[in-house]
Amino acid sequence: MAASDVVFRVKRYRPESGGRPTFQEYTIPYRNDMVVLDGLNYIKDHIDPTLTFRWSCRMGICGSCGADVNGQPRLTCGTYVRDVHRGAVTVEPLSNFPILKDLVVDFDDFLRKLASVTPYIVRKDWGDLRKEYVQYPEDVEAYRQQSLCINCMLCYAACPVFGSSPEFVGPAASALALRYNRDTRDEGADARLARLNTKAGVWECTFVGECSVVCPKDVDPAAAIQTLKFLATMRHMRRLLMPGSSSR
Amino acid sequence: MERTSFDIVVVGGGAAGLRAAIAAAESDPELTIALDAVEFFVARCPKEIIQLEHWGCPWSRDPDGRVSQRAFGGMSVKRTAFAADKVGFHILHTLFQTSMKYDRIHRFDEYFVTSLIVDGGACTGVVAMNLRGGTMVAIQGKATILATGGCGRVYEFTTNGFIKTGDGMALAYRAGVPLKDMEMVQFHPTCLPGTGILITEAARGEGGYLVNKEGERYMQRYLPGKMELGPRDILSRAMVQEMKAGRAFEGPYGLYLGLDLRHLGAKKINERIPMVRELVEKYMGLDPIHELIPVRPGQHYIMGGVSTNGKGETTLPGLYAVGETACVSINGANRLGSNSLSECLVFGAACGIAAAAFAKKKASYPRGGAAREALKKEEARVFDGLLGRERAKETVAGLRVEMQQLMERDVGIFREDSALGDACGMLGKIRDRFAAVGLADKDRVFNTELTAVLELDFMLDVALAIAHSARNRRESRGAHSRTDFPQRDDANYLKHTLAFRTDGPPRIDYVPVTVTKWEPVERKY
Ligand SMILES: Cc1cc2nc3c(=O)[nH]c(=O)nc-3n(C[C@H](O)[C@H](O)[C@H](O)COP(=O)(O)OP(=O)(O)OC[C@H]3O[C@@H](n4cnc5c(N)ncnc54)[C@H](O)[C@@H]3O)c2cc1C
Ligand code: SF4
Ligand code: FES
Repeated sequence: MAASDVVFRVKRYRPESGGRPTFQEYTIPYRNDMVVLDGLNYIKDHIDPTLTFRWSCRMGICGSCGADVNGQPRLTCGTYVRDVHRGAVTVEPLSNFPILKDLVVDFDDFLRKLASVTPYIVRKDWGDLRKEYVQYPEDVEAYRQQSLCINCMLCYAACPVFGSSPEFVGPAASALALRYNRDTRDEGADARLARLNTKAGVWECTFVGECSVVCPKDVDPAAAIQTLKFLATMRHMRRLLMPGSSSR
Repeated sequence: MERTSFDIVVVGGGAAGLRAAIAAAESDPELTIALDAVEFFVARCPKEIIQLEHWGCPWSRDPDGRVSQRAFGGMSVKRTAFAADKVGFHILHTLFQTSMKYDRIHRFDEYFVTSLIVDGGACTGVVAMNLRGGTMVAIQGKATILATGGCGRVYEFTTNGFIKTGDGMALAYRAGVPLKDMEMVQFHPTCLPGTGILITEAARGEGGYLVNKEGERYMQRYLPGKMELGPRDILSRAMVQEMKAGRAFEGPYGLYLGLDLRHLGAKKINERIPMVRELVEKYMGLDPIHELIPVRPGQHYIMGGVSTNGKGETTLPGLYAVGETACVSINGANRLGSNSLSECLVFGAACGIAAAAFAKKKASYPRGGAAREALKKEEARVFDGLLGRERAKETVAGLRVEMQQLMERDVGIFREDSALGDACGMLGKIRDRFAAVGLADKDRVFNTELTAVLELDFMLDVALAIAHSARNRRESRGAHSRTDFPQRDDANYLKHTLAFRTDGPPRIDYVPVTVTKWEPVERKY
């Protein structure tokens, strides 16, 4: 291995060959400005075309390139080799998800959970289609942070609760539920809180907080879940005290 | 068993495809569709911005609570609604999340379309590879909408993602539908060297300067009236000229110029263009509040595409195309910043409605015969044919890079006959060599080497159409700049190029431009 090389240890799993996942090592040329995804692409284009992973935008916006890098969930396009490499870079599929092939995991479960929190504006009356709903800059600010989620699933990979109870609605879907609940244009908050005010909803969360540590977009899903717990409790209290009332 | 017959099949889940799917699901019966594309576009656009607003798009707001507007390149008035500087991202997520409202929209995630089903002179669906299952399936529809986005990956240096390989264009082209104005390729002036990451127009809209290594705002030499707010093609050409004149900086990825935001100050940068700072810090290791941003031009968008009318109809009954993959000819030979997403919304809605009306007129789903035959053919071509080829000297990565470098060098920002001739010849040779590409990965499940081969196959069709269309237009117009024919030539070329697929090189033809309210005039700034 030359001084200007770096070793990638990549977890391989080929469903059609059966067996358990194994590690394969590749030695590739090192550049100071290379990200982990560049290394994977170098391997695919020059050494081993069978290596399988997802990616598209290589600018941290499409959310498809997540993997565990040296044990931490990361966007491979946003992780510099120089920041993680201690002799070797270990790349594995995101934890807590079924592996389809090599670094490709199955996200269907998340899409079902996302759909379950009604991730869109709910209204009885849509009003005049030619007029915008008035929303002040501070109203947008109230849900802006949660609206930045790129569905990359790093937070689910980091979450020990999701790891042991797969039915847990989880960080990103909760953050998006809060995003719509905080939107002044929406009227669906009550139903969303009812959905989340369950064991498999926000109450499963034990506030480990790892999800917010690994989130590449600063969505802070852990705080979102805490807020939802508070809102769900308030809703519950209000219903006890004032039966028949609904809340925003 | 998953359902495989539908009223409408939409290929592509980007802005255009999602908007079309939602429009079809809602099938607005009140909409009357005007026939003239440009005027229709201008009239309908604010309505789409408001529609998106109603669906929850986090547009930036003015203090009075209304949607903010800001000037983009080439525009004299502020007319672009924006969502901080993550417009595309927010539009996409708003549409995706809104699409979850409709049970009638069945998503086939990670199905890769390999060909169209054509039955009795009409398109009746698609054949697709289910990447996770490793199977080939026929998905039938009374109407099919192609919305697969652009083809930037035929160039070496592009802002486009890895999946922008012109699939929809090639699918239609192979079914006999012409590709229109493929020579009209847009190069964006401000991309980060090495990665091709785009620095949005908004950086200049907010007052950023373009400077050369002498610290001079060089646009005063080329476009003193507009300076940095000039159109993208002029800015990109000026950069190449500065490079040729020896006034560019030199870095590890070649020549570049500087985008200077320092005078805007931290507050404005953080509030108005936060993503610019985030990207430059993360991907260049520089802070634009204190340092120059290195930039160079890169392929960004294609004005050409599958030839359609304002309803997205192609020449093949039942087949529609919309978004960047289509060419409705509203953009003319050029395009202003921010028109593309509006186009996806406006025409996405129009196309979804037109396809829904077409499908409603058809009482029954397509007969299964043609689909079964198409499926068998694709299984033989892809699984037995392509996948069966042993690994050989020619690899998909090797041929792809050759094609990309050729396009970059000979069919780029400045063009001339002999280079274009070379490109056409060499692309033909790459096309021949493609027949010898072998594969190392023999699995059917999630075989991304196989999809790369299929994508290269699509890209070669598209690259050939671009090169031949460019060679045949012996004038300069908009983004198409010929050093050997620097003048615009309305007498001979005020018309659209059509490229038809043949077994040899594409056949090039022309159709007149329909001139409406706005007579074309030479741009003067
Ligand atoms: C970095 C960047 C910034 C931009 N900024 C702006 C901006 O600020 N304003 C603006 O107006 N425009 C902007 N554009 C341009 C604009 O984003 C695109 O033109 C637009 O998103 C195209 O949308 P689309 O729906 O046509 O296609 P896309 O969004 O590209 O969607 C294509 C879809 O088709 C699918 N697909 C492709 N091939 C197949 C296949 N074979 N089988 C099945 N599915 C397939 C893909 O998976 C994808 O879902 C920008 C572009 C880039 C790259
Ligand atoms: S919350 Fe953050 S980590 Fe989780 S999916 Fe969204 S962007 Fe990714
Ligand atoms: S490749 Fe899109 S987020 Fe990494």
